[in-house]
Amino acid sequence: MYHINELLNSDNTLKPSFVAMKESDDYTINIGPQHPATHGVLHLVITLNGETIKKVDPDLGFIHRSIEKMCESLSYRQYIYVTSRMDYLSSHINNHACALLVEKALQVEVPERAQYIRVIMDELTRIASHLLWWGAMAMDMGAFTPYFYAFRERELLTEIMEDTCGARLTMNYMVPGGVMHDPHETFVHRVSKEFLPLLKSKLHEYEELVTGNIIFQNRVNGVGLLTYEDAISYGCSGPTARASGVHCDIRKLYPYDVYNKVQFEEVIETAGDSMARYMVRMNEIKQSISIIEQLINNIPEGDFQAKTKAVLKLPKGEFYQRVETARGELGVFVVSEGGTTPYRIKFRSPGFSNLSCLDHITKGSKIGDLVASMGTLDLVIPDIDR
Amino acid sequence: MISFEHITKWLQAWLNAHMSPILVLAVETVLIVILAIALFAVLGLVLVIMERRVAAFMQIRMGPNRVGPWGLLQSTADTVKLIMKESIVPTHADKFLFNLAPFIVMIAAMLILAPVNFAQRFHIWDLNIGILFITSISSISVIGILMGGWASSNKYSLLGAMRSGAQIVSYELSAGLSILTIIVLCGSLKVSDIIASQETGWWIFKGHIPAIVAFVIYLIAVTAETNRAPFDLAEAESELTAGFHSEYSGMRFALFFLAEYINIFIVCAVGATLFLGGWMPFHIGHLQGFNHVMDYIPSSIWFFGKTFFLIFVIMWFRWTFPRLRIDQLLNLEWKYLLPISMVNLLVMTVVAIYHLHF
Amino acid sequence: MDNEALKIQLTELLPSVTFEEGGEWLNVNVDPNDWKPFAVKLKASAELYFDYLFCLTCVDWKTHLTMVYHLSSTKHRHTIVVKCKLDRTTPVVETVCDIWRTAEFHEREVFEMFGVEFKNHPDLRKLILPADWVGFPLRKDYEDPINMIKL
Repeated sequence: MYHINELLNSDNTLKPSFVAMKESDDYTINIGPQHPATHGVLHLVITLNGETIKKVDPDLGFIHRSIEKMCESLSYRQYIYVTSRMDYLSSHINNHACALLVEKALQVEVPERAQYIRVIMDELTRIASHLLWWGAMAMDMGAFTPYFYAFRERELLTEIMEDTCGARLTMNYMVPGGVMHDPHETFVHRVSKEFLPLLKSKLHEYEELVTGNIIFQNRVNGVGLLTYEDAISYGCSGPTARASGVHCDIRKLYPYDVYNKVQFEEVIETAGDSMARYMVRMNEIKQSISIIEQLINNIPEGDFQAKTKAVLKLPKGEFYQRVETARGELGVFVVSEGGTTPYRIKFRSPGFSNLSCLDHITKGSKIGDLVASMGTLDLVIPDIDR
Repeated sequence: MISFEHITKWLQAWLNAHMSPILVLAVETVLIVILAIALFAVLGLVLVIMERRVAAFMQIRMGPNRVGPWGLLQSTADTVKLIMKESIVPTHADKFLFNLAPFIVMIAAMLILAPVNFAQRFHIWDLNIGILFITSISSISVIGILMGGWASSNKYSLLGAMRSGAQIVSYELSAGLSILTIIVLCGSLKVSDIIASQETGWWIFKGHIPAIVAFVIYLIAVTAETNRAPFDLAEAESELTAGFHSEYSGMRFALFFLAEYINIFIVCAVGATLFLGGWMPFHIGHLQGFNHVMDYIPSSIWFFGKTFFLIFVIMWFRWTFPRLRIDQLLNLEWKYLLPISMVNLLVMTVVAIYHLHF
Repeated sequence: MDNEALKIQLTELLPSVTFEEGGEWLNVNVDPNDWKPFAVKLKASAELYFDYLFCLTCVDWKTHLTMVYHLSSTKHRHTIVVKCKLDRTTPVVETVCDIWRTAEFHEREVFEMFGVEFKNHPDLRKLILPADWVGFPLRKDYEDPINMIKL
């Protein structure tokens, strides 16, 4: 809304900057940066025709901290801690990527015990992230109760994390060469005897409360359609791409640590709609449970950390490491000049690429569909902005 | 046994003995207005605390439990907070309509209280077209919502108001038709007649399958009419922040909020009256002994028990179901509920003509 | 396809390419003017079929800028890194967002962070930074006395 004096010149002609507004009959709405549907500070400018969406224009940067620039002045031990703040729901996995990159560049052999612990932590993080996504997505759809159901199980998980890492969200547990210290003495017991049985006994509640609900199914079936070609072209990864039939699980394609020793299925759906994305994540929870079950009671004895130098210096060159976070493929690209800090670092975040397809998949649908599509894309804004 | 009927009779007699008839009418009117407003306030407080406790129960958490015994004073504290808050009017709002809208919604909600029978022979005005009065007045509230949405000069509000308009106008049809099915059975629009016709059993039991179908359609339609989840598109907070009342704050917001709860109470009271016999105790045919035992429970308890049961069901909906999309919402009404309720009305007419009901 | 076979294939597409090895993947140096037609062929060629652009970024070498494209094929599972050396004062390169749609957002990011201009980009606006931001923050000579903390 503008005042008439802001719009018009003294001779009643439109001021130049408003001529465009007059010509277009578009009805635009700002979703965000403060809006219940965006779970953070994402700003979408959507152009509407009645209730139908003509264009979605994301405006990012409300939580941009320039982590890439920051890392240029941090050492290879320090920069790991910053990455916990990128995709804060899979902070273990972010740390894992950074640790793996340093190990790859320095050719450090990581003790098997550390590898086991890392993979278990990764999968626990994935479960926690998917649980939170499940609750938040249901809340986008207007169902409040699932959020509390999801947090009931997630709470135990964060407590387990707190015992071992001392933090509930930004773990900072993985270091180059292994993990920071041995897991808490109750870790194995709590994961295998408390958390996994609890989660398995509650999974059917999720299915009954949300998956089987006819209203929910009508909201997501055929909504936000992303084809196989588009998913690749938009650089989508993780559950978003796998719901369109793309084989892109880094854990399968380029296994790291002990992922090549465990049996698990890459969850693939072919429909490409919001329901497929939903089902991929729900089934990934089950696969993660299976991975943890295979590892948790077989953690070998030994060191939890390889011996590394106090000051790490990466050789001159370029290094790229990718891992599978809960949202997709996280790539860390480091250009080293041989010093103690990276010359240039680039985080290829999964959310950034997944977001870019939002305009494409919501064009011509209703506002409700936008919320459903956004919910099932599982956007974490700090991950997008970095 | 003391009952509301005795109190009103005694009051009437006492006033008549001491004053002229015109003064009696004036005093009674004032009393009713005070009582109606008091009921309004109390209902609002009770329903809000009930909603929050039901929500907490559904969501495996405690709910409000700090203010007063068992948190019962929580909604009172909230009201005090709302009264003390600043009422902001947006600069570009249409100030007159913006201020008027909450009152329209509120007055519409209050007017519908008139024909409701709260207990045996305890009501404000048992007019002979009571049900018609209720259905027609309840359509007024949509004007208030449209007014508020338009006058706020906010895009979210406008979208919410438009959604609400489309929704309420559509769902009134089904609600009206399902009310008609019961009117066909008892042949009167007067609320006390409808209740009296259920002396041998409530219509939901006596009216065969058509009555049950009508009851279900009525519940769905009134949930939509009161803008409650899963039909809360007018205030879908994940899409339109707060929909038509985005710009309202302080006491104006509280009026919208209160009116929503009063509307729930009224539609549930009407539902209880039509399908569950209002204040009529649970009677089975001509089992005199059983019916006598049931009569010992005061009629007001029957009425409020049934009404609050229906309110609980509607709250249960809200905390279980996700929200529909706007086109699905209208499809549901125009393609499913309306044809079904029309056929249902036809079947019920046949039942009524041939006296096939119990 | 291994690196040697890739080299033969790529040289067939564009004879002027030079290769660098030593990293994890084959590095391909391309002249910015040749990049767009080369990119079209990379996607279209049945043997190469680079359909997945999983990382697009830029590195400031103080004397020049280098665009880095990480390309991979979801069919053949081979990966190359394409590099384009750009002039630092007027960095211009053709957009590839009509070939790989993901490039649209990544190029907007590089545009605001490094000042690289992408020719024929449909919507080259600032994405993360405010529209009135001055300077290119990820360049090495960027100075911001208020917001930047030097360690």
